[in-house]
Amino acid sequence: MADKELFVQGNEACALGALAAGCTFFAGYPITPSTEIAEVMSKKLPEIGGHFIQMEDEISAVGAIIGASWAGQKAVTATSGPGISLMQENIGYAVMTETPIVIINMQRGSPSTGQPTRSAQADMMQTKWGSHGDYEIIALAPSSVQECFDYTVKAFNLAEKYRCPVFVMADEIVGHMREKITIPEKVEIVPRQMPEKSENYLPYDATEYGTTPMPSFGQGFNIHVTGLTHDKRGYPSTDDEETHIDLVTRLCDKIIKNTNEITSLESQFLEDAETIVLSYGIPSRSALTAVKEARNQGLKVGYIKMGVVWPFAMDTLLALTKDAKRIIVPELNLGQVYLEVDRVLGKHAKVELLSKIGGALHTPQEILDKIMEE
Amino acid sequence: MADHEHRFMKYLRKERLPHIFCPGCGDGIVLNTLFNAIEMSSVDFDNISMVSGIGCSSRIPGYVKCDSLHTTHGRALAFATGLKTANPKQDVIVVTGDGDATSIGGNHLIHAARRNIDLTVICINNDIYGMTGGQISPTSPKGSYATTAPYGSTDKPFNISEVAKAAGATYVAKYTTAQPIQVSNAIKEGLENKGFSFIEVVAQCPTYYGRKNKIRSPVEMLNWLKDNTITIEQAKDMSDEELEGKIITGVYINKPRKEFVEAIEELSAQHSDVDPDTNINRAYRSE
Amino acid sequence: MRTDLRIAGFGGQGVLMCGIVIAKAASLFDNNYAVQTQSYGPEARGGASRTEVVISDEPIDYPKVDSPQIFVAMSHEALLKYIDDIKEEAILLIDPDLVYQDEIKDIIEDKKLQVYTSKATETAEDTLGKKIVANIVMLGSFVESTGLISVDAAKQSILDSVPPGTEELNMNAFEEGRKIVTRIN
Repeated sequence: MADKELFVQGNEACALGALAAGCTFFAGYPITPSTEIAEVMSKKLPEIGGHFIQMEDEISAVGAIIGASWAGQKAVTATSGPGISLMQENIGYAVMTETPIVIINMQRGSPSTGQPTRSAQADMMQTKWGSHGDYEIIALAPSSVQECFDYTVKAFNLAEKYRCPVFVMADEIVGHMREKITIPEKVEIVPRQMPEKSENYLPYDATEYGTTPMPSFGQGFNIHVTGLTHDKRGYPSTDDEETHIDLVTRLCDKIIKNTNEITSLESQFLEDAETIVLSYGIPSRSALTAVKEARNQGLKVGYIKMGVVWPFAMDTLLALTKDAKRIIVPELNLGQVYLEVDRVLGKHAKVELLSKIGGALHTPQEILDKIMEE
Repeated sequence: MADHEHRFMKYLRKERLPHIFCPGCGDGIVLNTLFNAIEMSSVDFDNISMVSGIGCSSRIPGYVKCDSLHTTHGRALAFATGLKTANPKQDVIVVTGDGDATSIGGNHLIHAARRNIDLTVICINNDIYGMTGGQISPTSPKGSYATTAPYGSTDKPFNISEVAKAAGATYVAKYTTAQPIQVSNAIKEGLENKGFSFIEVVAQCPTYYGRKNKIRSPVEMLNWLKDNTITIEQAKDMSDEELEGKIITGVYINKPRKEFVEAIEELSAQHSDVDPDTNINRAYRSE
Repeated sequence: MRTDLRIAGFGGQGVLMCGIVIAKAASLFDNNYAVQTQSYGPEARGGASRTEVVISDEPIDYPKVDSPQIFVAMSHEALLKYIDDIKEEAILLIDPDLVYQDEIKDIIEDKKLQVYTSKATETAEDTLGKKIVANIVMLGSFVESTGLISVDAAKQSILDSVPPGTEELNMNAFEEGRKIVTRIN
């Protein structure tokens, strides 16, 4: 079988990416603009002996995929704004219990019910901080239909490797637009590691990548999984300060200390760039058009796209932008990832927000105008 | 002294004892009846996984030597739905309480019952929030006291078993901790029912319910349960006023119908030749 | 070279389908690049509905259409709603039975539009006996008047997109559309 070319929507590409990554379980609840993912999964999963459940709400959708993950299946849900808000508690549970799951967020205008059929990137900070407590998260931001496929595969791989929930932070535009994608003949997937059955096995130890291989229910490990602060055996230990410190620090460190492994960036025209447009997700496409036009006009402008937004690729970005004077951050919100960019890069460059809300994408001209401001 | 060890000790994570339950708590009686029921039933202990939410009763799975998922408040049935669907070979028992199952988790309860997914739910109903220190619950009798009902409850309580039955559960039974034989039998029936089984066990909470309502000792509380217990048969001829505060016990329904996972796997079989069993533990495969 | 086009009509005319077939033809069968987007929301049912397509021989960065070089209008309401940002000298393809040309005279002159007409709906109803294929008739007229996608690619894309059993009807609709399109200025 050769590579396959298809002309599909971003939503459909996410579903196909999940299936290519070995996903056999979907639980979700209908919500615009992500519903097509559920629709595709409800059709495709029965064809591969997988399971699709339309749950009673988004709270139970995350509950069900965590349950399925502990039964040894790769599991995914897809939603948007209001659904993501409902999911937050159980996302924190997945973080605490180190359960690999993938959550696709087709971001829409918000807060509250907002603009169901328009685009936004206004859940970026919620994704980082939305559940209670200290934790770190992995979030990818596709800017094309091909990336919807590729990043969903990558999200599953990262979830398995680091035993954590991983977000695909897409948006209404990329979810609903159609482009050609290529599904490679061979997709690289990370399988779950089977732990060795021994008296000494500890399901919450740090043996690889800050975590440890996990067993499934029914394999005879008799493990206990709890959202309470737990020791390496998984047993609750809520009053012991050391246990809590060790656990929460490890959960953060396994992401933060592997930032370079997890993150990916694309860049162009950086060599002499005095101004850099730093973007993620769908505005990257306007940004690249604008940067190319600026170069045509002889301006020293560079382009960086973050494929992975969280964890924040601090070291790489510092190195790439060290000679820049200005960094422009176009976002479909009133300034979210901008805050982190400013915190990290603001000491050596002037970081400027180019905000856009209301549902439309920045036009290349708007970004070009911003570039020309100085 | 191993010689004198309790016969059910082998099912417990001994390293986790002592447990957190108060002296005289009904949860211990239910744990006992659960092990008894497993031994009486055709179910193999080694094939059991347990799921729970948040609350005193939800701590039970943490003491049982099986795979156990102690989840978020009210959501045990959602997690259990995923766990069971993704590997229907396991016998999944859900332990929950009145607040967990009917207040925060009420929606999951009615939908799990509607789907008739093969779970055995043991709902330990002590009419109060124990873990958080004695607040009113959706099952607290009208007029009963709690830290959040200092003048007595004014709400009509749920009869959870009626709710489960109306929502579509295929096996529902309700007894009290003063009826351990009946409870054991009901759990056994529930384990053997291929579908959603709901066993409500009305239990004493001497620490909070007892203290707030002046039924101070565990023995007094068990007598109080007994005094208010009637059968479904007896309840038939009683008026609403007479039924107030009564615990209506018996088998509410035992009427099998198509089970949820079986139904979706049959559907799957019509659309593919892939055996759904091949997807159990599929995450470990590299292709 | 990049070409931006817009197709608009009222919900139920198959405007969206028409856009998808064009974009699919360009990307899968002509081996160009294409992005198709659409407006969602309540207006997708009955009111003005639109889809936009970008076609290029190199990768497309900005996926949206701000100022179309080609505008296909299948209803008067949609035409008025979406014509303002049309590019100078753009191609305007309309179904003359559904559009009052008098009302757009000024903009045609101002922007020096090249106007084509295609009696797609009447042809679908009377010649082909199925009003539902008006969008494919219009697609034939689009290919003939713009040459933006090849005839072969358009046909392959139609066959790839329409429900089984309707292939012949849709092929006939496409060919009729190629025949009936007329330049009027």
